[in-house]
Amino acid sequence: MLQGLADVEKVFQYKGMKEMQTEDELIEEITNSEYKYGFYTEMDSDQAPKGLSEVIIRFISAKKNEPQWMLDYRLNAYRIWEKMEEPEWAHLGYEKPDFQDLHYYSAPKPKVQLDSLDEVDHELLETFKKLGISIEEQERLTGVAVDVVIDSVSVATSFKKKLGELGIIFCSFSEAVQEHPELVQKYLGTVVPTTDNFYSALNSAVFTDGSFCYIPKGKKCPMELSTYFRINEANTGQFERTLVIADEGSYVSYLEGCTAPMRDENQLHAAVVELVALDNAEIKYSTIQNWYPGSKEGKGGIYNFVTKRGLCMENSKISWTQVETGSAVTWKYPGCILKGNNSIGEFYSVAVTSNHQQADTGSKMIHLGKNTKSTIISKGISAGQAQNSYRGLVKIAKGAANARNFTQCDSLLMGNNCGAHTFPYIEVSNQSSKVEHEATTSKIGEDQIFYCKQRGMDETTAINLIVNGYCKEVLNQLPMEFAVEAQKLLEISLEGSVG
Amino acid sequence: MEVMNETVTLTNKDKFLSHFDLIDFSMDEDFSSDARKEAMELIQWLDFPTSKAEYWKYTRVNKIIKGNYKVSAPENEIEIDLSVPSKNCIVLINGYFSEELSFFDKTEGIEFSSLSDAKKSNSILGEKFNSLVKKDEIFADINSAYHQDGAFMHVAKNVQVEEPYYILNLVDDSNIVSNPRNFIFIEQGANAKAVLKTINTGNTGSFTNMVSEIFVEKNAQFEINKIQDEAEDSFQIATEQVVQGDDSTFKINTFTLNGAIVRNNLNIDSLGKNTMTYLNGLYPLKGKQHVDNHTYLLHREPNGESHELYKGIMGDSSTGVFNGKVFVHKEAQKTNAFQSNANIVMTDTATINSKPELEIYADDVKCSHGSTTGQLDKEALFYLRARGLSKDSARAVLVNAFASDVIEHIGVEAVKDEIEKYIDDNYHGIK
Repeated sequence: MLQGLADVEKVFQYKGMKEMQTEDELIEEITNSEYKYGFYTEMDSDQAPKGLSEVIIRFISAKKNEPQWMLDYRLNAYRIWEKMEEPEWAHLGYEKPDFQDLHYYSAPKPKVQLDSLDEVDHELLETFKKLGISIEEQERLTGVAVDVVIDSVSVATSFKKKLGELGIIFCSFSEAVQEHPELVQKYLGTVVPTTDNFYSALNSAVFTDGSFCYIPKGKKCPMELSTYFRINEANTGQFERTLVIADEGSYVSYLEGCTAPMRDENQLHAAVVELVALDNAEIKYSTIQNWYPGSKEGKGGIYNFVTKRGLCMENSKISWTQVETGSAVTWKYPGCILKGNNSIGEFYSVAVTSNHQQADTGSKMIHLGKNTKSTIISKGISAGQAQNSYRGLVKIAKGAANARNFTQCDSLLMGNNCGAHTFPYIEVSNQSSKVEHEATTSKIGEDQIFYCKQRGMDETTAINLIVNGYCKEVLNQLPMEFAVEAQKLLEISLEGSVG
Repeated sequence: MEVMNETVTLTNKDKFLSHFDLIDFSMDEDFSSDARKEAMELIQWLDFPTSKAEYWKYTRVNKIIKGNYKVSAPENEIEIDLSVPSKNCIVLINGYFSEELSFFDKTEGIEFSSLSDAKKSNSILGEKFNSLVKKDEIFADINSAYHQDGAFMHVAKNVQVEEPYYILNLVDDSNIVSNPRNFIFIEQGANAKAVLKTINTGNTGSFTNMVSEIFVEKNAQFEINKIQDEAEDSFQIATEQVVQGDDSTFKINTFTLNGAIVRNNLNIDSLGKNTMTYLNGLYPLKGKQHVDNHTYLLHREPNGESHELYKGIMGDSSTGVFNGKVFVHKEAQKTNAFQSNANIVMTDTATINSKPELEIYADDVKCSHGSTTGQLDKEALFYLRARGLSKDSARAVLVNAFASDVIEHIGVEAVKDEIEKYIDDNYHGIK
């Protein structure tokens, strides 16, 4: 954990010296830190009535002017979902959402066809400014193309032209349904089938929008593709659908980040993300999740029930990196199906829970092909009254000769009212594979703090440094543009103690 | 559909329970009869677990419960050379106490007898019997309701004995179902060792459903070595319920050598402060064996320490399961808990399912777990072969080394020799 010590000077410069604080005060401070991004942008929106039925699904489909096959897909999913039961195996306790008390469609009213950022709703732009991720700035300074999603419908897409020259398709999901139906039809539901689980079935029935990305054969996407999600309208379930296809020999790095306004009622988010890496392709998918975690008393907050999975064909690679600091309840297991020989799956995660947050998250690595490799690095930090669980599956099938997995999950406990748990499932069915799993749970070592203090650091800086070092393995995996934001979010989540 | 399933399950349960109809419990003591009645009541509401139950995810009990069994006390004297390296041995045959084969060396402060004898006179039994068994586990409840006999061991305050006490559970006929029930109470400051061994003399299709309640009181030390040598196509479900008092040390070594389906439920409630707990297990599997080791260790008070080490070698078409859980209660600060599971998979038809779990609610703790699955190290094999060992010998050396981490924990020389011999005999010349 002391690997971060090399950064001592940086931390000094960055944070400056802080007043001496005792550990208890720090924990108090962490627990007290309130959600910084709680504001609500007033915008007109076009809402479906509450409730879920075939009628609502037909309404959504019609509203989006979808072809028949899309409607059939949704209705089929709805019929499957109706027969399913909400999963209860996770180490989570929450009041179950009333699925008939949600709006399944809400969209900002389309005023005119938007050609440039100037035409984007002023308030919307303000919202992004408050978040510190203004589109102009992103466009100008970082060269990131942002497909902005506010309440389920894309309202601005940039850099489209540049990508178009390479044949890269990056658009909203509804646009893809209209313009590239052959690709959507071919890949939708191939990685996460409708029947996969309760929330993926729900998503398949009612998803309103999301992102679609296709990288043609042999092309390397020259920029990081990113999407910002935001839940805005009260009582709106958010059902994003993302589909990324990297054709043979291509490469793409995809960023996804989210913040949501403060809201008292629980909001449900059930997204599905499907990645397809064909032969020799590589997909890097990074997420920063900072939705409203609920008040200090555990009131409100987002329910984040996400299904994320990637399919790897021969020699391909999928890498998931996530920094999870938000949401009241998180239920999320990004995974890889390593179907092709020599394919590689990676999962790097930092999950921070404080106050009354609960997270049950981890990764699933299914090894089917020969010589497949996977790595899982999971870092959990639990403070306040939070419960943080790692739950993962490593499955090595009989035919996955010479498969290799390495899993490490560490948990850090801050305060005596939180919990950290580890539930790994390891299933190995052949004689040539190697699987290693290790997990540790501890609090920040007093000797480490002492060591830092001895060198003139106050306790806050010391804890900053140690936590930073603790998460570094994961943060290092993030693209540059995101690494800064990730650090900012960690800082906010563990206010005053973590840099 | 669901309704149909239910009917089938009920039939299975009734059919299974009907095996016990002929046992005569009328001579039982009051407290024990009450326990039986309570358990029978519970069984009515419980069903046999399916793979849908998380706790039984990797083990199917269908084969076990569908067997055609009989309950029988042995009538003929059996001739078997037990050669027990101890002066104290209780022998159970098919779940019944065998007076002829058992032998005792009366020692001051130690009561060692059959459970049924102890029920008549011992006050601790009246007070504590059946107090540890989890009520929602159908197999444990079946044992509580229908156990015939078992062993009773009581070591009085501050009594120290070096010699191990043997409990031998023999199965000497085919298709036997038995519910051996053991009760072990180690009083404050006492120190004792025991060996709990199941031997099946080569008969087919039996099912042993054993439950042991073990109390290790304040400052006491107890080590138990459990050897499961069932017949190739017999089944065993063994449940140990253990409580530990302040400053106590408890060690259990589990060796699963034979048996078609063996399931171990080891539950330890470390209720005291400064407790020390060792859980070791070795499961060298072959044929179509299915062995499932479940352990649950609860640290409820501060300053506890626990070390868990389970190692498996999966050969042929065998399946090994390890599911160990360490639970650290909010009050259990300064807990050090270490859990480790290592497996070698020898063939492409063998499987290991490993699920080491940590559930931690206290912050000032050091807890870790690890699980590895792999093969014999090729470089190590090469090293040995370069020094002139045959392929078989080189493998045997490595398997021995792998197993020795567990074997060295055994505190009873005779058991150590036995397990070492078993590994030598079985892993020399393997493919």
